Amino acid sequence: MTSHPTASGYNFAYLDEQTKRMIRRAILKAIAIPGYQVPFASREMPMPYGWGTGGVQVTAAILGPDDRLKVIDQGADDTTNAVSIRKFFEKTAGVATTTHTAEATVIQTRHRIPEKTLGPDQVLVYQVPIPEPLRFLEPRETETRVMHALEDYGLMHVKLYEDIARHGHIATTYAYPVKVEDRYVMDPSPTPKFDNPKMNDCAALQLFGAGREKRIYALPPHTKVVSLDFEDHPFEPTKFDHACGLCGATHTYLDEVITDDAGGRMFVCSDTDHCEERRAEGHRGDLLGEAPAEIAGAAE
Amino acid sequence: MTAPLLDIRDLAKTFTMHLQDGLVIPVVSGVSLTVQPGECVVLGGPSGAGKSSILKMIYGNYRADSGAIRVAAEDGETVDVASAAPRRVLALRRTTIGYVSQFLRVIPRVPALAVVAEAATAFGIDRDDAERRARDLLTLLNVPERLWSLPPATFSGGEQQRVNIARGFIADHPILLLDEPTASLDARNRAAVVELIETKKRAGTAIVGIFHDDDVRERVASRIVDVTRFAAAAA
Amino acid sequence: MTTDMHAPMDMDTPLLTAESLTKFYGARLGCRDIGFELFPGEVLAVVGESGSGKSTLLKLLSGQLEPSGGRVLYRMRDGVTRDILALSEAERRFLFRTDWGFVHQHAELGLRMGVSAGANVGERLMAVGWRHYGRIREEAESWLERVEIDPSRIDDRPTAYSGGMRQRLQIARNLVTAPRLVFMDEPTGGLDVSVQARLLDLVRGLVADLGLAAIVVTHDLAVARLLSHRILVMKDGRAIETGLTDQVLDDPREPYTQLLVSSILQP
Ligand SMILES: Nc1ncnc2c1ncn2[C@@H]1O[C@H](COP(=O)(O)OP(=O)(O)OP(=O)(O)O)[C@@H](O)[C@H]1O
Ligand SMILES: [Mg+2]
Ligand SMILES: [Zn+2]
Repeated sequence: MTSHPTASGYNFAYLDEQTKRMIRRAILKAIAIPGYQVPFASREMPMPYGWGTGGVQVTAAILGPDDRLKVIDQGADDTTNAVSIRKFFEKTAGVATTTHTAEATVIQTRHRIPEKTLGPDQVLVYQVPIPEPLRFLEPRETETRVMHALEDYGLMHVKLYEDIARHGHIATTYAYPVKVEDRYVMDPSPTPKFDNPKMNDCAALQLFGAGREKRIYALPPHTKVVSLDFEDHPFEPTKFDHACGLCGATHTYLDEVITDDAGGRMFVCSDTDHCEERRAEGHRGDLLGEAPAEIAGAAE
Repeated sequence: MTAPLLDIRDLAKTFTMHLQDGLVIPVVSGVSLTVQPGECVVLGGPSGAGKSSILKMIYGNYRADSGAIRVAAEDGETVDVASAAPRRVLALRRTTIGYVSQFLRVIPRVPALAVVAEAATAFGIDRDDAERRARDLLTLLNVPERLWSLPPATFSGGEQQRVNIARGFIADHPILLLDEPTASLDARNRAAVVELIETKKRAGTAIVGIFHDDDVRERVASRIVDVTRFAAAAA
Repeated sequence: MTTDMHAPMDMDTPLLTAESLTKFYGARLGCRDIGFELFPGEVLAVVGESGSGKSTLLKLLSGQLEPSGGRVLYRMRDGVTRDILALSEAERRFLFRTDWGFVHQHAELGLRMGVSAGANVGERLMAVGWRHYGRIREEAESWLERVEIDPSRIDDRPTAYSGGMRQRLQIARNLVTAPRLVFMDEPTGGLDVSVQARLLDLVRGLVADLGLAAIVVTHDLAVARLLSHRILVMKDGRAIETGLTDQVLDDPREPYTQLLVSSILQP
């Protein structure tokens, strides 16, 4: 692939071609060994760590001029983080962007998987802060690598056991560990466990990039992803007692938002695009009329 | 004539005291004796003659310098304690040779009744039977029942010795070694021990014992062997 | 080679065999030419002063250290005897969490201090595939009881336990998978005398009840007397005397063993 200098004078998608090739090799290896953490030479990006430099590098490496990029943060397209990453690629790669899940070919995410089922022509890129699921009980990297190599995963259940002993149920709600293709235990990044079932048998390619920790891992399309659990404490995705106040959805991940200074609250879809789309289709939540414009958004 | 259960040939023992410039203490040499089923052979001789040392060699607690200690083992084989591997000796102690030492070696925290019963379960007697036998023996030896649940560490010398005797007599070892079992006992308890010994003899047990009390000795001995005749020449 | 997975426990074939084990740390001798056989249910005490090579020997026997010479053979549960150095890392780890136990002198080294007692005991079960929380917990409770820890303390972390309790917890954590061989490195070191007595009595009972084979490193002859069937006396990296425990302690032959025995009150 030749270099594509953009109008702004950056190399296409900011990274030089050699770096992108290096990252692509890591991605290919990660795809070949689902769930395995592949080390890569993470680069400095013009944004601080914690802003998803791992995800940004993965996106930069796979982006082509014809791609259409969507960036979400906690499900929303309009947070500072999401907006600045989207702008970054508009400027450095000149690619088209979108907020509509169905239109995007590459979706970079922090903390959520879109509600709309992803298709085979899409790639989901996760920003990962801590890729190592075993670190909680085993801080030594040399040891965790051996544990992965030998499939020595008793410790993961020790963590879940501890959860039940302390809280009466598995209280882990984010970064809930999964086993990939009956082999590698993987941290799905800090997505809510609500989203874990979507990772299983997903038609889209899922890529995970950890910038500070210099690791890339992947789930090829239609990979088996099982959330760890106990027979008598089976994995249960989070269930909500409410429907979305705006679109009335009952099977989406909800955020609780404050509606006024008097402490009024409501539950709304965390996936803003999905919520808007449903409203456009005519679905109406109980509180649709009452919600302030900054919550109800453009669709109102 | 039946085969002896115990056949000792030309046994010799010295102690070399390395901490005292290699001082050699000759104990016994040329010890030869056989013990038939139902026989009680009493070792005689003055203090320091080597009586206990001979018993300890039979039990495998002391090593022999030379000679053989042939024991008819449970499996029908003849085992030489003097040259047997440690596991074989341990097996003999479980199945074949019982021993009442001069002093009880107490095990912390284990109550008297369990100390006694344990010797029976080690022999292969089931737990219930072992406990029943332990109760019978402690009763026979007049150990007050209130002591049974206590570890013997705090018992008087005589009480400890009676626990020790019960422990030695509870199983059905074909060979029994007794090192002054009646030393610290009163007349009533001495009589009880004599009765126990007679019962074992009738059951065909081969006994080697040391008794300082002439009265007891006369009553139980089939034969008396004076160990001074095995006195080893000083090196 | 045929292997019978249900081979009955053969009591007359050694469980572990050490052959001329030698270890040099550079030019310094760790231990030299140690050989013995350990049978099922047998407890071997390794005694000697500090620096005599006891811990080196224990690490060699448990495959944690590579010998400069000699080898260690272990009869696996399937009845096949293997050279432990030839085991893969995965097999060695599996052995360590199923058929072997290792009790460290400092319980902190053998426990996970950051998780509850129940998780400490349950870890091996989970590692071998137990996936029923209730059953894991039940098993952990019964083991806590067995080592005389009040089961109501199951959710406490070992940091809240006394030294003696931690050591008992470590023992429970090791025995929960019914190992056939347990290595113990000074199991009563650093404990008060009364706490030691209780622990020794407990270990003695468990070893007898479970028919465990054990290799116990200790400098305390009273511990050796109480726990072991056989004893191996080490000096300057060599085994200078070996035999039945009571024989070696009551009728010591070697000058060094006589010194050891005479320097304590009544072992
Ligand atoms: N473990 C030992 N180490 C060194 N010397 C010993 C040992 N045991 C016994 N002896 C010595 O061996 C000799 C015989 O002692 P032993 O106890 O066999 O005599 P005994 O005939 O049983 O005497 P007693 O009638 O006083 O019990 C004594 O000189 C004794 O000091
Ligand atoms: Mg005597
Ligand atoms: Zn909604």
